Amino acid sequence: MSGSNPVKSLAAVASGARVANKFTPGSGLEANGVHAWFGKHHALADINLEFPANTVTALIGPSGCGKSTFLRTLNRMHEFIPGAAMAGEVLLDGRDIYEPGSDVTKIRLKIGMVFQKPNPFPSMTIGENVLSGLKLAQLKIENKDEILEECLTRAGLWKEVKDRLGAQGGSLSGGQQQRLCIARALAVSPEVLLMDEPCSALDPGSTLRIEETIRELADSIIVVIVTHNMQQAARVSDYTGFFLSDGGPGQLVEVATTNEIFSTPRDKRTEDYVTGRFG
Amino acid sequence: MTTTQSSYNGVVPKAREITTQPRFSDKVFRFVVTSGGFTSLIILSLIAVFLLLQGFPVLRDMGFGFITGFEWNPGDVDNGVPVQFGIGAMLIGTLLVSVIGLIIALPIAVGTALFLTYYAPEWIKKPLTITVDLMAAIPSVIYGLWGFFVLMPHAVYWAKLLHNYLGFLPFFKMPADVFERSPFIAGIVVGIMIIPIITAISREVFSQVPLDRIQAAYALGATKWTMIRSVVLPFGSSGVAGGAMLGLGRAMGETIAIYLVLNIYFAPNFQVLFSAGGNVASLIVSKFGEAGDYELRGLMAAGLILFIVTLLVNFLSNAIVKRTSRTGK
Amino acid sequence: MATIDYSSVKPQKPWRLDSKQLAINGGVFLLAVLLTPVVLNITPLNGKLGASFIFVVLATIGNTVLSIVRQGFKTISTSIAATFIYLATALVLLPLASVLFTVASKGITAVKLNTFTQDMRITNPDAPFTEGGALHAILGTFEIVLIATIICVPLGVLTALYLTEIKGRFENLVRFLVQAMSGVPSIVAGLFIYTVLIVTLGINYSGIAGAFALSILMLPTVARTSEEVLKLIPNDLREAGVALGATQWRTVAMVVVPAAKSGILTAVILGVSRVAGETAPLLLTILGNTTNNLNPFSGPIAALPLYTFSLMKTGLDVAISRAWGGALILLTLVLILFITARLLSGKKR
Repeated sequence: MSGSNPVKSLAAVASGARVANKFTPGSGLEANGVHAWFGKHHALADINLEFPANTVTALIGPSGCGKSTFLRTLNRMHEFIPGAAMAGEVLLDGRDIYEPGSDVTKIRLKIGMVFQKPNPFPSMTIGENVLSGLKLAQLKIENKDEILEECLTRAGLWKEVKDRLGAQGGSLSGGQQQRLCIARALAVSPEVLLMDEPCSALDPGSTLRIEETIRELADSIIVVIVTHNMQQAARVSDYTGFFLSDGGPGQLVEVATTNEIFSTPRDKRTEDYVTGRFG
Repeated sequence: MTTTQSSYNGVVPKAREITTQPRFSDKVFRFVVTSGGFTSLIILSLIAVFLLLQGFPVLRDMGFGFITGFEWNPGDVDNGVPVQFGIGAMLIGTLLVSVIGLIIALPIAVGTALFLTYYAPEWIKKPLTITVDLMAAIPSVIYGLWGFFVLMPHAVYWAKLLHNYLGFLPFFKMPADVFERSPFIAGIVVGIMIIPIITAISREVFSQVPLDRIQAAYALGATKWTMIRSVVLPFGSSGVAGGAMLGLGRAMGETIAIYLVLNIYFAPNFQVLFSAGGNVASLIVSKFGEAGDYELRGLMAAGLILFIVTLLVNFLSNAIVKRTSRTGK
Repeated sequence: MATIDYSSVKPQKPWRLDSKQLAINGGVFLLAVLLTPVVLNITPLNGKLGASFIFVVLATIGNTVLSIVRQGFKTISTSIAATFIYLATALVLLPLASVLFTVASKGITAVKLNTFTQDMRITNPDAPFTEGGALHAILGTFEIVLIATIICVPLGVLTALYLTEIKGRFENLVRFLVQAMSGVPSIVAGLFIYTVLIVTLGINYSGIAGAFALSILMLPTVARTSEEVLKLIPNDLREAGVALGATQWRTVAMVVVPAAKSGILTAVILGVSRVAGETAPLLLTILGNTTNNLNPFSGPIAALPLYTFSLMKTGLDVAISRAWGGALILLTLVLILFITARLLSGKKR
C-alpha cells in the first residue's frame, strides 16, 4: 500500500515502486486528439492521453472542464447525449473503438464504468447484481459462486455481504452499494475501469474503503478516475491529468506522475489549482 | 509515459461520425417497439377510414344537409316518404348539453382545485384528491341510473324554480309543462361527470405556481384570496381553460348517461328546461337496434362527425395545456 | 454549569383562533341553523333542498359579517371567496356520496346468493330476487376485460417504451396521438369495431368484438400511465446496464421493465377500471345475452354494464331493482380495482 500514502515520497518514485509501467503502444488504452461536442458547444479539445497497464490515472480540474465528458468518450457513453459528437480516436489494444461498424456493446464489456451515484439494479438481489453484467451481455456463467466471491472480494465487500447475497441491493449502505457496483463492473472482467467521481456521494469512511479497493484493482487492470478531490487523486493515482477550460473547450493542461503534478508542476495554472489558489 | 504539455493550437478537426453496428437483437427490439409505438396512429386512421367508407354513401346523398338538416327519417318507399338523414339538431343538442355541463362543472371544479391546493388542511388533501379521482372511475351507466332515479326529481324542482323566477329569459321559457329529461338535467349529469377531469388538471396547474411569487404576494399584505386572484389565477388560467376544453370533449362523447336522462327530439331546441334535446352519441344508441342497412350507414357517418368534432376539441385543449406548461409565465 | 429552566415557557400558536373566537364562530353557525326554518317559511322555497340553500346563504352572510367585524371591510371578498371554495368542494362530494349511497342501498336488496350462481335464462326480469342472477354478466365481463387486457397491454407498454426508450423522431407525434386517442368517444370505438369485425369481416356479435372495442379505450390509459412510470426510472440504471456491455434490448428487458413492474401493473389496473364499466361500445359489439357464454369467440355474450342498462330499460320495478343490483356489483368491482391501483402506486412513492 505504499502508493496510497497521501504524500508520496520522492524516494518511492525514484525507486520505481509504483511508476514502473511504461506505456507500450498497441496495448492498454490511448486517446489521440479527442474532441467532443454537445450540439454546437465544443466541450473538449485535442486530448492526448495514454493509460499504461496496471496504473491508476486521476483526472482533476474544476467543474465544467470536460473531464467527465472525456471519461465518457472512452467507452462510448458520450454518444447517449442527444447532439453529441466527437473527433480523434480512442485506441484499446491498438484498435480504434470508434471504428465504423464496431460492436459498441463488446467495447463496453472491455471498458467498464462506475458512476457518480451508486446505482445497483433495484429489482435484483446483491448476488444477482454482481452477475447482472454477465446475464445482460448473455455470457455463460459457469462457476457463479467463484465469480461472486472473487468480484466481491476484489471490491472489498465480500466479508460484509457473504451471508446475505439474497438480500436486495438497495438494503446496503451508500458506500456498500458503490462497492457492489464496482463488483458488478468487475464481473465481466474488463481491461479498463472508468470511475466518474465514485466517492462524491459517500461519507469519508466509505471513501477510504473504495480508495483501498482502487489501489488493489490497479494490480490487474487500468483504472481511470475522475475526481474533484485533490487529496484523493494524490492518494490513489500513479498519474494525474489536469483539465482546464478558459471559457472555451476543456483542454488537458498537463499530465505527469501524480508526484510531479503535486510537487513540481510545470504549468503555472496547475500549480495554482493544486495549491488551492482557485477551483 | 512522459510529461506532456497541451499542444492544442486552436485547429478544430471535423467531428467524426459516430457509427455503430447494433446487434441483431437490438435492431429487432427497436423495430418492434417502434411499430408498437404507432398503434395509436394506426387505430385513429383506421377509425376515420372505416367510418368514412361505410358512411360515404349517406354523406354523398345527403350532402351538406347531413350536418345542417334536422330530420332523421329512414323513409318509406311504398308511401313515397323520402329518406332524410340530418344530424343538425343532434349536433346543436350535443353542444348545448356539453356547454351546460361545462357551466356547472367549471366553477365547482376550479373551486375544489383551489381548496385542494390552498385551503384544505394537510391531512385531508390526499384522501380528498383520491375521492375526487374516484368520481372519474364510476361507470357512466351508474351515473345514468342515478341521474334518472335520484337526480331528476330534484332537478325538476330546481327547473321549476328557475322557470318561475327567471322565466322571462328566452332559454328558460317552456312551450309545454314537461320538465323531465331536459337538456338542463343531462347537462347536470355530464357536468358531474367532467368535474374530476377539470379538477385534476386545475389542481396540477395550481400546484405549479412558484412559491416565491406566492410568498411575495403575502409579504405585500395580500389575503389568501387576493393572493389567489393576483398570482394563482393568472398563472393557471390557460391551464384551466385547457382542462375545461378537455372536459368539453368528454361531455360531447358521453353516451349512455345522456341517453338515459335526455329525451331525443329531432328539432333544434334552445329552451333548456324543456324535455327535448339532441345528442349524436345517444342517436346512435337509440337507432342502432332497428336500423336497416342504409340507416346504419347514416349512423356511421354520424359517428364519423362526432369523432372529428371530439378530436378537434381535444387537439385544441391539448395545445392550450401545452402552451401553459411551456411558457410557465 | 447550571442548566436554565425553560419549563415555564409553553409553545404557542398565536395565529390560531382562541377559544372565545371559536365560540363566536360556533354561535354564528348555530344561529344560521336556527334561522333557516324561519326564513324557509317566509320564502316560496320548500323542502330539504330549499332549506339547505337558505342555510348556505345565512351561513355565508354570518361568516362575512363576522370577518368584517374582526378585520374590517377589506376582507369581504376574501370571506366570500372562501365560502364559495368550501361550498364548491361540498358540491363535488354531495353527488358522489349520493351515487355511492343510492347504489349501495338500492342494490343490496337485489343481491342475493343466487345472483352469483344463476343466470337469467329461464327467469323473467320481474321474477323475485331469489330466482335468476347475474352470473352470466359477471363471467362475460371477466372474459371480455381479460381479453381486452391481453390485447391492449403489450401495445400500450410498447407505446410507452417507444416514448421513453427509443425516443425516436416521432416521439412528440406519438405522445400527441395517444392523448388524442384518450378523447375518442366510447360509442365511436364500438361503432368502429362493429364496422370492421361485424360488417366487413362478417364475424358475429361476440366477446372478442367487445374486447377489441374496450382495448381501444384502454390503450391510452395504459400507455400514458406506463410512460409516467418509466420516466421515473433513473437514467443511471440504463447507463449502468449499457456500460456493462449489454444491448439496449437486454437492458430494457432485464433492468428497466423489472424496475417499473409495479408501476406498469398499476397502469394495467387503471386501464381495466377505465373500461370495465363501459356500456355503449358493448351494446354494438356483444349485443347481450341472458345465459352463460363461456366462449368469447362465438355468439352474443353478457356483461355487467349491459345487464344493468337493459334491465333498467324494461321499466319494470323489479327489473329496475335488479339493475341496481348489477350496478352495485359493477361499482364494487371498479372500486376494488381503483383502490388496488392507488395502494400499489402509493407504496412506490
